[in-house]
Amino acid sequence: MNREILDGNSAAAKAISLCDVSVIAAYPITPQSAMVEELAEIYRHRDENYKFVCVESEHSAISYVTSSELAGARSTTATASVGLAYMHEVLGVTGGCRVPVVMPIVNRALVAPWSLWCDHQDSMAERDSGWLQFYAENAQEVFDCIIMGYRIAESKEILLPMMVCMDGFYVSHAMQKVDMMEAENVKEFIGAFEPKNLFLDVNHPMFINNLTSADEFTEIRFQQESAFRKALTKIPEIMDEFNQKFHREYHMIEAYCLEDAEEVLIGIGSMCGTIRKVVKDLRKKGRKAGMLKILTFRPFPAEQIRTALAGKCRVGVIDRSAGLGQKKGITASEVSAALNGSSTEVVSFIAGLGGRDISEQTIENAFDILQRQEMLPLEKVFLDKKENAMQIREWEE
Amino acid sequence: MDTSEEENLVAYGVNTCMGCGLEIVLRRAIEILGKNTIVVIPPGCAAVFSGFGNTTAMRIAGFQGNLENTAAYASGIRTSLDVQGKKDVNVLAFAGDGATVDIGIQSLSGMFERGERVIYICYDNEAYMNTGGQQSGSTPEHAVTTTTPGGKLGLKKDMIAIAQAHRIPYAASASVAYIKDFQMKVKKASEVNGPAYIHVHAPCPTGWGFDPSKTIEIAKKAVLSGAWELCEVANGEKIVHEIPCENKDEVWQEYMKLQKRFRQK
Repeated sequence: MNREILDGNSAAAKAISLCDVSVIAAYPITPQSAMVEELAEIYRHRDENYKFVCVESEHSAISYVTSSELAGARSTTATASVGLAYMHEVLGVTGGCRVPVVMPIVNRALVAPWSLWCDHQDSMAERDSGWLQFYAENAQEVFDCIIMGYRIAESKEILLPMMVCMDGFYVSHAMQKVDMMEAENVKEFIGAFEPKNLFLDVNHPMFINNLTSADEFTEIRFQQESAFRKALTKIPEIMDEFNQKFHREYHMIEAYCLEDAEEVLIGIGSMCGTIRKVVKDLRKKGRKAGMLKILTFRPFPAEQIRTALAGKCRVGVIDRSAGLGQKKGITASEVSAALNGSSTEVVSFIAGLGGRDISEQTIENAFDILQRQEMLPLEKVFLDKKENAMQIREWEE
Repeated sequence: MDTSEEENLVAYGVNTCMGCGLEIVLRRAIEILGKNTIVVIPPGCAAVFSGFGNTTAMRIAGFQGNLENTAAYASGIRTSLDVQGKKDVNVLAFAGDGATVDIGIQSLSGMFERGERVIYICYDNEAYMNTGGQQSGSTPEHAVTTTTPGGKLGLKKDMIAIAQAHRIPYAASASVAYIKDFQMKVKKASEVNGPAYIHVHAPCPTGWGFDPSKTIEIAKKAVLSGAWELCEVANGEKIVHEIPCENKDEVWQEYMKLQKRFRQK
């Protein structure tokens, strides 16, 4: 098998280039820029059936690829942070028109204050936009999730756009070994692009996305919801097929040393690699630590999580976004809802904001809280917050 | 005129206001471009042609975009058709002045710079008429709108100059009072190899405050008096089509007086 040393950005660019994407429209933003630069270089050598376009903003980028795909060509873009926030309005159009764009997101904090570094607030803020969301742990998962992403997003039972999220710098810029695939095998797996249900074709004219009254709006939203529900059963089927064909091991959630675990941390994205390491170390010391990784955040695999955590006394969830104004972080809230009615207590941890490393020590601290404290904290715990938080940049009278 | 059923690509009885200027623009543009066209329409007055629920007023393929990205959606469709070898299909972007000169100017500028072969028609009724007549960047100085109750203080943006500055292959201004001239320009726009921009003066009886029977008369007086200019810009050179008028000042006075929006309160 062909193996390369790639960072997440390059893994995404290589995956896209294998998926027969005809049109790419992109706008550069840190930490995504290297990905679109690589795509520009790849597309420079392709024929007139492929086009890389530099647009003047992320808002136009997502508009461009949405209409391009509606007109019959597989199309995509990629972004991060404020670029994704700028796309917000059009993300709803892509989702609502059921255009199965597969878009890499390089997670980066939202402003203010300005930050260039990893945080999940950008994509978490879009979790209800009608897009599937996968959070890749490393470059290999970025590569694989994009390829299986096309098959999932474009399958007629689902027809939803998908964000393949990777942690800014930790995944986007870290070199790792990636097992590649042959173009023809990828082609065979994802198939040729075929517009379904809504499309722009002069021979079959239809008007898409016109004003719709309360008489039909609910039903159209329900159709989207129904697609997410179908995705819960369809994604595991497609993953199985993918795993067999390409010798991989993907599931919507991944359990690590979970079965007999008494201290469990739930993570998402690159932090899971570190959690796995800490679990291993704690096991050596005789502690029964375990991990549950959530790969697919939309659709949220609530039933699978509930089953995996059955009988657990207490679990911690690490969110890499602040989830301001709610008692628990975003992922922790969803896990709590999934466990509703069970006796499992959920502790919400916040860590790794604005690029702060989620270190082994940070994760050990979370395990320690789960193990030692009799009364578990009811509100979010900012795991890696400094002592002097309230004195930072405070105006002194 | 629309005589055969085959050519009736835009339905009759569409619920625009009586005397609507933009309705004339859309019908006469589609008459030239035909059914081998994909249209993008943002929310706004023209969206009544997009239709409502499971009905549409047009028998051509179309997409309703957002207010500010008509040019981006149209560009995406163009590129998509091109990579599929469907180069003979027209892509028409059809937006009002607010969606063009205010919120949509960024994506329009991007399209002009990249050079996608899109026909962009801006129907200019000189305010946000679909939302009740609020001022836009295309509202002329002194005009009363619902958000400039004392009259607009700034000037109207010069979109032809903006288009010209991008050095696109073809730009023109037109008026609903001169349909043959407009249709000639639409034809030219469809034949250039790159973006074409046509800015059409489309009087609005509801917003400007005049009798719906006088749309064409008002539009004509605007041109004759010099309040609106008919021009073409090709290969960077601007040519103004002057329509001879002996009593310009008088016509200008009539143009202003026929409308409520220029009356002092």
